[in-house]
Amino acid sequence: MAFLEIDRLVKRFGNVDVLKGISLSVEEGGFLVLVGPSGCGKSTLLSMIAGLDSISDGEVRINGRRVNELHPSQRDIAMVFQSYALYPNMTVGENIAFGLEMRGVAKAEREAAVARVAEMLQIGHLLKRKPSQLSGGQRQRVAMGRALVRNPQVFLFDEPLSNLDAKLRVDMRTEIKRLHQRMGTTIVYVTHDQIEAMTLATQIAVLRDGVLQQFGTPAEIYNNPVNLFVADFMGSPSMNLVPASVRSEDGRTVVALARANENDLILDPGPASERLGRVIGQEVLLGIRPEAITDHDGADRNARTLVDADCHVEVVEPAGSDTFVVTQLGGKHVIARMRSDAAVRGGQRAPFTFNMDKAVFFDPKSEQRVA
Amino acid sequence: MTSIATSNGGAAARTAHRPSMRARMQEALPKLVLAPSFAITLVFVYGFILWTIYLSFTNSKAFPKYVLTDARAYQRLWRWTFESDPPSSWYTSITNMAIFGVLYVVFALAIGLLLAILLDQKIRGEGILRPIYLYPMALSFIVTGVAWKWFLDPGLGLEQTMHQWGWTSFHFDWIKNKDYVIYTVVIAGVWQASGFVMAMFLAGLRGIDGEIIKASQIDGASPFQLYRRIIIPLLRPVFLSALIVLAHMAIKSYDLVVALTSGGPGGSAWLPSNFMYEYTFKRNEMAVGSASAVIMLATISAIIVPYLYSELREKAR
Amino acid sequence: MSTAATTVAPRAPGSPIISRIVIYGLLGLFALVYLIPFFVMLLTSLKPMPEIQHGNILALPKEPTLDPWIRAWGEACVGLTCEGIHGYFWNSIKMVVPAVAISTLLGALNGYVLTKWRFPGHRLVFGLMLFACFIPFQAVLLPMATVLGTFGQFGKTLINLTGMNFGFGNPTVNLVFVHVVYGLGFTTLFFRNYYEAFPTELIKAAMVDGAGFFQIFRRILLPNSLPIIVVTVIYQFTNIWNDFLFASAYAGSGDVMPMTVALNNVVNTSTGVVEYNVNMAAAMIAALPTLLVYILAGRYFVRGLMAGAVKG
Repeated sequence: MAFLEIDRLVKRFGNVDVLKGISLSVEEGGFLVLVGPSGCGKSTLLSMIAGLDSISDGEVRINGRRVNELHPSQRDIAMVFQSYALYPNMTVGENIAFGLEMRGVAKAEREAAVARVAEMLQIGHLLKRKPSQLSGGQRQRVAMGRALVRNPQVFLFDEPLSNLDAKLRVDMRTEIKRLHQRMGTTIVYVTHDQIEAMTLATQIAVLRDGVLQQFGTPAEIYNNPVNLFVADFMGSPSMNLVPASVRSEDGRTVVALARANENDLILDPGPASERLGRVIGQEVLLGIRPEAITDHDGADRNARTLVDADCHVEVVEPAGSDTFVVTQLGGKHVIARMRSDAAVRGGQRAPFTFNMDKAVFFDPKSEQRVA
Repeated sequence: MTSIATSNGGAAARTAHRPSMRARMQEALPKLVLAPSFAITLVFVYGFILWTIYLSFTNSKAFPKYVLTDARAYQRLWRWTFESDPPSSWYTSITNMAIFGVLYVVFALAIGLLLAILLDQKIRGEGILRPIYLYPMALSFIVTGVAWKWFLDPGLGLEQTMHQWGWTSFHFDWIKNKDYVIYTVVIAGVWQASGFVMAMFLAGLRGIDGEIIKASQIDGASPFQLYRRIIIPLLRPVFLSALIVLAHMAIKSYDLVVALTSGGPGGSAWLPSNFMYEYTFKRNEMAVGSASAVIMLATISAIIVPYLYSELREKAR
Repeated sequence: MSTAATTVAPRAPGSPIISRIVIYGLLGLFALVYLIPFFVMLLTSLKPMPEIQHGNILALPKEPTLDPWIRAWGEACVGLTCEGIHGYFWNSIKMVVPAVAISTLLGALNGYVLTKWRFPGHRLVFGLMLFACFIPFQAVLLPMATVLGTFGQFGKTLINLTGMNFGFGNPTVNLVFVHVVYGLGFTTLFFRNYYEAFPTELIKAAMVDGAGFFQIFRRILLPNSLPIIVVTVIYQFTNIWNDFLFASAYAGSGDVMPMTVALNNVVNTSTGVVEYNVNMAAAMIAALPTLLVYILAGRYFVRGLMAGAVKG
C-alpha cells in the first residue's frame, strides 16, 4: 500500500467534471509532480489533497487513512503557495510559528522549532522582518520554512517557483531537491514547467483537461510517452513530430518522410519495426527528440539503429554548448541537436544522423502510441 | 478560485462517512455569522417596506390601522398631482422635486466637471484647493442650511452687505419668496455636493491612460477637441456613477429644506420627503404619507435597481 | 485623494500665460464661493450682537468675542429649556460611538463571509443588503416608529418586573439600533470590496495552518484591514453624526435630542431676540467633529465617499 493514494478522484462543478477520475499513488518519501498546461486540473487536484477543495467523488488516503472529510489542518499536510501567502501583518518568525501556535504548541518549543528551520533555510537573520521587507527569493524560503516547521507527513507545493526570475528559479529548484533528499518527506508538487517536473520528480503525472495522460518516472515519461500530448508537452525543445508513411521494402518495414524537391527520406524504424509491421501502408507520426538527430560524430555510440542521411539545412541556431539545426521533413520543421563545432551552414546540405532507437510512433487520428 | 467555502462540504455529506462535529460547526459558522445582518435587513428594510405599502392601502390617520380599505391615498395623491391653482402641497412637492432634481444634478455635474478639468491642468496649490471644494460634504445639511439661511437673509446677509457697499438696488430675497425659495435649496445643495462630484471626475481624469492623450495630440487634436472628443466620452462611467449618487441624494433631501427654509412660506419649498414627514407625523394623514413614501421608493428603485443589477452582473463575469 | 501621481491633461489653448491666469482666476473664484458661507458663519459667531445688526456680514469682527460660543455651549435655548447645546452634543457622541463600532464590526464580518466563505446565493444576499443603502428612509420611517414604540412598552414592562429597562425604550439606544440597521449595507459594501481584493491564498494558508473561522478573521484579516476600517469609521461617523431624519423622528424633542435636531431647534427658537451669533456658534460646534475628521483624515473621507458611490 502506497503512502499517498488518490483513488478515482472526481471534481464536479455543476454538471461539469473538471477532474475525471484520477488515480495516482506515491510511496513514502516520493516526489510526485503534477504537470500539465494551465486549466488541466492539476491545482484543483492539489487543493483536493489539501482539503481546500471538496471531493465530489473518489477518495484520498494518506498513510492508509481516508482524509476526505478531514479539515486541511487535520490532514497532517503543509503547503507552499504560488504567491507564498505570507501573512503581511506578522514577522517572518511569527509567520513560521503560526501553524504551531494554532496547534497549541508552547512558546519555547515554537521558538526552538523556528530557529531550527531558519537555520536549515539560512533565514535566521530575517526572522524579525515583515514579509514586505523581503526579496522574492527570501519570501519563497520563508514560505518553505512555514511548511517545514510543522514536520508534516506530506508537503504540497503549488507552483512555488513561478514568481521567481529565471536564475533564482534554478537555484531554488536545486534547493528544494536538496531539502527533499535530506528530509525524505513525501512531496506533491504542481508545476506547468516540464523542466521542473523532470528535474525534481521521482514520479510524474501528466494531466490534460482533467484526465490523467500518463503516470510514471521521469525517464518513462520522457522516453516512452503514451500519446502525442505527452510527447509534445515534455521536453524542450519539444519532440519533433513528423508525418510519415509506413512501407514495406525488401521485406523490411521502413518509414518514409516526404521532402521538398527530393526523394522521400527512408528510415529504418529500429526496435519499432515489428509493431509498425502491422500498419503497413498507413500514415503515422514519427516522434523523435532533437538530441536523437545529430551530426555523425555526435551520435550515441551505443545506439543500435543509426541512420545517416543528407538533408537541406534551413537555419542554424548556435546555443553555446550545442547547435540547433533546423531542416524540413514531412512538411514540418525538424530540429536536430548537433555539437557546437559541427560544420553546418544554413542553405546547404549536411549529413544528419538519426538515432532510431529513440523514435516513437503515433496514430495521427487517435493520437495514441502505435510503436 | 471562487469557493473555499464548499471545502469538506457537500460531497462529504453524500458519502457514508460523516464529517466530524467540528467540521460541521466550521461549515455552518460563516452562515451563522452573516445570518443576523441578513435577517435584520430582510425584516427592517424589506419587511418595513411591505409594511409601509400595506399602510398606504389603509385608512390610517394619526395611528396605524390595519384594515385594508382601498387605494384612496393614491387616488388623493393622483388628484393633487393636477391641483395647481392654488397648488396642493403634493403638487408643490413634486414640481419642486423636478426643479430641484434637474438643476441640482445638472449644476453639480457641470461645476464638478469644470473644477476637475481646471484642477487637472498641473495646478500649483492643488493640495489646498481640492479640500476647499470638498469640505462642504463633511457638513450636515442642517449646518449647511443654517449657514446659507443666514447668508441669504435679505435683512442681514448678502443683500444687506451689497447695500452697505453702495449697490442699493441689489435685491435678493428668494429665500422669503414662495416662487423662488426652491432655487435657494438648489444653490445650497449644489454648493455642498459639487466638490464631491469634482473629486469623482478628478479620479476619473487621473485614471485615463496617458498614451491615449499623447496619441490624440499627435493626431493633431486641439485641447478643446481633446476634451470634447476623447476625454469626456471616456469619463462616461464617472458620469453615470455621479448621476446615480446625485439623483439618489436629491430624492432623499429632507434636512436641507427644513434647515434652510423651514419648509418655505406656506410649505412652498417642500420636497416629497418633507411632504411625507409632514403628512405622517404632523397632519395625521398616515396613509397618504405612506403612499408618498412608496412613490419615492418606486422612483429611486427605477434608477438604482438597473444600475446595481448591471454592476453586480459585471463583477460576476 | 491622491490618485495618480502624474497628470496627463494637456495645457489649455491660447497663450500659455493668459490661459494660466484664466484657470487660476476661475479656481480662486470658486474657492472663494466655497469658503464664504463658512467664513460668514465663523465671523458672525465671533461678533457681539450690535455689530451684527448694524455691520457687514463679511466684515471682520471689530471686537472679537468668544461669548457666543460659551453661550451656545451653556445657555442657548432649545425650545423652552435654556441650558445650551452641550447636553445634545454628548447625546450625539453617546449615539455615534456605539453605532459606528457595531456597524463597522458587523460590516467586517459580513464582508469576510461574503468574499472568503461564499455559499450559493451569496450574490443575492449581498445585492439585497446593498440595495438597502439606497432606499429613501421615508419608506421605513413609520414601521420603525411603531417598532420602537413597542420596544418602549416592553421597556416599561421590564421596569415593572425587574426595575431596569435594559435599554428598551431608551432613545439613544433606539437611534444606535436604527443607525446600525441602516448602516449595515454600507459597511458591508466597504469591507466586501476590500476583502474581495484580499488574497484568498492567505486564507487557505491559515486553514492549512489550523486556524478556524474567527482565528483567521482576527489574526489574518483584521490586522490587514486598517485602511478600510478607517474609511468605514469615518464614513459612518459623518453620516450618523449628520443624520437629521431619524433623529427628528425618533428623538425629536426633550433632552434626548442629538446635536442636529437641537441645532435646528436653537435656530428656530423664536422666543426673545434672535441671537444670530449664538446660532452660528452652535452651528460651528455641530460641524466641528466632522470637519475635524475631514481635516485630519481627508484622504480616507474621500475614499469612503467614492467607495459609496462606485458599487459592486
